[in-house]
Amino acid sequence: MTLSKQLFALTERFGALISLSLVLLLWEVGVSLFNIPTYVLPPPSDVFAAATGIAFGQWFSHSAATLKVVLAGFFAATCVSIPLAVAISSSRMASSLIMPVLIAIKATPVVAVAPIIIVVLGTGDMPRVLITFLIAFFPIVVSATTGLALAPPELISLSKSLKASGWRELWDIRLPYAVPHIFSGLKVASTLVVTGAVVGEFVAAERGLGYLVLFSTSNFDVATAFVCLGLLVGFSLLLFSCVGTVQARLFPWSLPKDATG
Amino acid sequence: MSKAITFSKVTQSFERRGQTSIQALDDLSFEIGAREFVSVLGPSGCGKSTLLQLLSGLLMPSHGTISVNDQKVTGPRDDVGIVFQKPTLLPWFDVVGNVTFPIRHKGLSVTSEIQDRAQELLELVGLKEFSARRVDELSGGMQQRVSIARALLLDPDILLMDEPFSALDALTRDEMSFELLRIWSAKKKTVLFITHSIPEALLLSDRIIVMTPRPGRVMEEINCPFQRPRSQETLGDPRFAELSNHIRGSLLKDNANQPQ
Repeated sequence: MTLSKQLFALTERFGALISLSLVLLLWEVGVSLFNIPTYVLPPPSDVFAAATGIAFGQWFSHSAATLKVVLAGFFAATCVSIPLAVAISSSRMASSLIMPVLIAIKATPVVAVAPIIIVVLGTGDMPRVLITFLIAFFPIVVSATTGLALAPPELISLSKSLKASGWRELWDIRLPYAVPHIFSGLKVASTLVVTGAVVGEFVAAERGLGYLVLFSTSNFDVATAFVCLGLLVGFSLLLFSCVGTVQARLFPWSLPKDATG
Repeated sequence: MSKAITFSKVTQSFERRGQTSIQALDDLSFEIGAREFVSVLGPSGCGKSTLLQLLSGLLMPSHGTISVNDQKVTGPRDDVGIVFQKPTLLPWFDVVGNVTFPIRHKGLSVTSEIQDRAQELLELVGLKEFSARRVDELSGGMQQRVSIARALLLDPDILLMDEPFSALDALTRDEMSFELLRIWSAKKKTVLFITHSIPEALLLSDRIIVMTPRPGRVMEEINCPFQRPRSQETLGDPRFAELSNHIRGSLLKDNANQPQ
């Protein structure tokens, strides 16, 4: 292999790392070149300093508060959405009863409802989990409903000719056929739940990374807000890749052939 | 010879929302003897899939009766196995898991006896070495063999085959026809084979029921005079070409009389 080819291969392999480093470098140079004040846009070096400026225990407790809401919201969205999708796909009547309600909920801007939810449910994690749930559940319902309708009609005929119960038809045929769709819904939801948790914290919280963003920016400590942002992005990506890993481990057949290698 | 399948004056019409009803089958009567191999041949729209649904008890006829082993069909039954046009295997099970699927799907447990039976069926269809493979690693022809083994698991008296080889390429299709003859000679079932292909019907069947489309009626019944076991030479029999031409001629003539 020639040197240029090796270079290409390396660039491909570490593409994300290289482009991210470039952005950070431009940012650092740009801020000092144009004399931008730190309270408007701190350079990355200030952000790193801010990260170490707060004790690890503090970061941990804020992150844990946010993660708790993120995971609870994700769990609730999953547990509610899949049975809901099963109900919707079970009959045309159920679908015409449930779907309008879901669409109405989805059409409501959650950010606008959030203060109302806080008033109704009070402080504590519960209202934040509900807000997170409301932001994340819809894509799971929609994709699971699509997936549940995808089982080949021949297999449904086979199931009926074997006199299997409706539950067995669902469990043995319809749900497995929906697995790839359910997971794409879960992947979308996994990034939405972080947004949901932050929205909840913006409205009412005493801890958490969203709260810390509000608190630090009100003190013109933009560097700390950037650290929070970095952590939130990290959690989003982590949850997203966890969903992918669970799918690959538990349902390897549900992935396209080239993806499994 | 006892009758395995009897259709007596069966009429089937479907209500379309807000429209006049569509008649799929009209006054259809025929009989199929035990262990007879009968093909139903006809163009699209002759009600072949309706026939299959009626026979497997998934659909009740508007008029007339259908009997299997001298019992009126009132619902799905275990003595009828189905092979569909597409293999429709379950990708989350391996090959043997697909063969034993009917047992598990009925909520029964897979005993070692069932396991042995599944292995024996896989050997019969020539897939003994593939029992632990993932089904998406198999070719179309092999997948269809798995679905034949699956249909035979409950040891049905009757095998319904709905254009089982029509999704395969031409060479595999020929190969599968001879394979089916071999399997049938080992497991003498009553077979109702639905097909579009005249040569396929002639090569495989004892008797061919030729149907007209819209609504489906029996146009003609033809006995296939070729000796069994059939082989490559059957295709060269002068009567083969003769009958083939005869069927094609009557289907074309009928088609010309159809209102478009």
